[in-house]
Amino acid sequence: MAEKVLMKGNEALAEAAIMAGCRHYFGYPITPQTEIAAYMAKRMPVIGGTFLQAESEIAAINMIYGAAAAGKRAMTSSSSPGIALKSEGISYLAGSDLPALIINVQRGGPGLGGIQPSQSDYFQSTKSAGHGDFKLIVLAPASVQEMVDLTFKGFDLADKYRMPAMLLSDGTMGQMMEPVSLEMGEVKEYDKSSWAACGTKCERKHNVVNSLFIQPEELERYNFERYERYAQIEANEVMYDEYKMEDAEICIVAYGVAARVSQNAIDKAREAGIKVGMIRPITLWPFPKAVLNAAADKVKAFISVELSMGQMIEDVELAIRCKKPVLLCNRVGGMIPTTEDVLNSINKANSVGGDK
Amino acid sequence: MNNKRITLFAGHYGSGKTNISVNYALWLKEKHEKVIIADLDIVNPYFRSKDSEKQLEERGIHLISSEYANSNVDVPAMPAEAYAIIDDKQAVAVIDVGGDDRGALAMGRYAPAILEENDYEMLFVINKYRPLTPDCASTLAVMHEIETACRMKFTGIVNNSNLGDETDEETVLNSAAYADEISKTSGLPIRMTTVKESLYDKLKEKVVNCTPIKLYVKQSWAKQEEDLWLK
Repeated sequence: MAEKVLMKGNEALAEAAIMAGCRHYFGYPITPQTEIAAYMAKRMPVIGGTFLQAESEIAAINMIYGAAAAGKRAMTSSSSPGIALKSEGISYLAGSDLPALIINVQRGGPGLGGIQPSQSDYFQSTKSAGHGDFKLIVLAPASVQEMVDLTFKGFDLADKYRMPAMLLSDGTMGQMMEPVSLEMGEVKEYDKSSWAACGTKCERKHNVVNSLFIQPEELERYNFERYERYAQIEANEVMYDEYKMEDAEICIVAYGVAARVSQNAIDKAREAGIKVGMIRPITLWPFPKAVLNAAADKVKAFISVELSMGQMIEDVELAIRCKKPVLLCNRVGGMIPTTEDVLNSINKANSVGGDK
Repeated sequence: MNNKRITLFAGHYGSGKTNISVNYALWLKEKHEKVIIADLDIVNPYFRSKDSEKQLEERGIHLISSEYANSNVDVPAMPAEAYAIIDDKQAVAVIDVGGDDRGALAMGRYAPAILEENDYEMLFVINKYRPLTPDCASTLAVMHEIETACRMKFTGIVNNSNLGDETDEETVLNSAAYADEISKTSGLPIRMTTVKESLYDKLKEKVVNCTPIKLYVKQSWAKQEEDLWLK
């Protein structure tokens, strides 16, 4: 086993990106993700990569477009308001079928919000990261180790399906320090010669990277093709983790920092004899619908624990076809639900149904 | 262990400066009437000595920090009161310097006065398990960057090599050769090898100047309020 190192989430994902072959990072500072840029600024010159602090978030995402169009693994990072600024560029990446990794270390909103952690960009990342019909692969780490593993995974999935992927983290994951292993296996190389604009050497036809299709038949065809790919992703790439679900009568659904708090609450509740478990989505898109729907036939209630006003809860309700009640346990604005907050919701959920 | 009037802790980002500063100030308070700790981190809005304000004040230690520290207003500002460290010769002071050369830059303005008084110790906090300082050469490079930025020279080393919650006896022992090489190459003594209290008895005879420390800096949001429920 590789020797462990002690890293902040932000540093760990930056190093993982480098190990995944990313040599092009473009960004703009914003708390609580600035360590990513600071780390890249130190490391990229040493390893022959490119670090560039752009003049704005909008410039940075368009630099990503350029690097990705040339077939390079490229990454940008920001926090919530900065991701909103990047949304036009993200849509262009999707419309041009370009792979890239976008990091969102979420902070409280809306507007300028605050610098403490949040999960209120769930809708933004899973449903409306920009204009037009498109999806992002959205990965949600719940530890510093997962910041590493999912960064690696994110680059791979982006290349595999030729689309942008997002790591949806939060201020807690970005700032906390944990021991991590940086051993990640082989980087899979994808052949990009059929589409990348990386020089013809006068030996082949030009590859054109573009999202402008003014003939509606053509534009419709690209949209249909893209959604066929999305269907494959929904069938093959769902990731989730289960915790004590074997005999659970209440199912918590939580990701990221909310899942860590929930896990503590589950252990406490079980000490008091309440059978609670958790399904933790690791991919927020594709959302783990099937496993939740199956759980709905066994449990009497769900609790969606979120650092938002209730965003993921809609996907939970959709996934289980509203077969069982779904309670919301939430704190917002930079506040994190406490173990006690979650326990209170577990108590409420436990009284649902009445017969147990 | 004797102390100088002013002790500065500087080092790589995330090496443990703040927690050691708080521990050291509490230790100084056992020997000195008037102890000041100054949080001069202008880089990081999280994990600051300001987090320990309550514990420090309860023990009668005066905390100097920026008005914006822990206000969630992400403004890199120096506390106006910082010169009290220089002016108040009755006080014994600990200075928690920001990480890396960027953080240490702000110290430069106090350097001439501290150097002139010449009653200070500037300790370099190192952690072998931080990814950008895994060996002697990389750690010394950070050391020279900090010295250049703050225009002062280190006088000693604090080996704070740890892996957070996963730190055990071996973790510390495996860092001894690293600290030793840095000490020999730089000519600076290892003033402390800091270990969590539970490891102190096992390690006190095995590492240089073994010093037990408590964890004051907030570590995990997820472990809070464990015992509030199910009474």
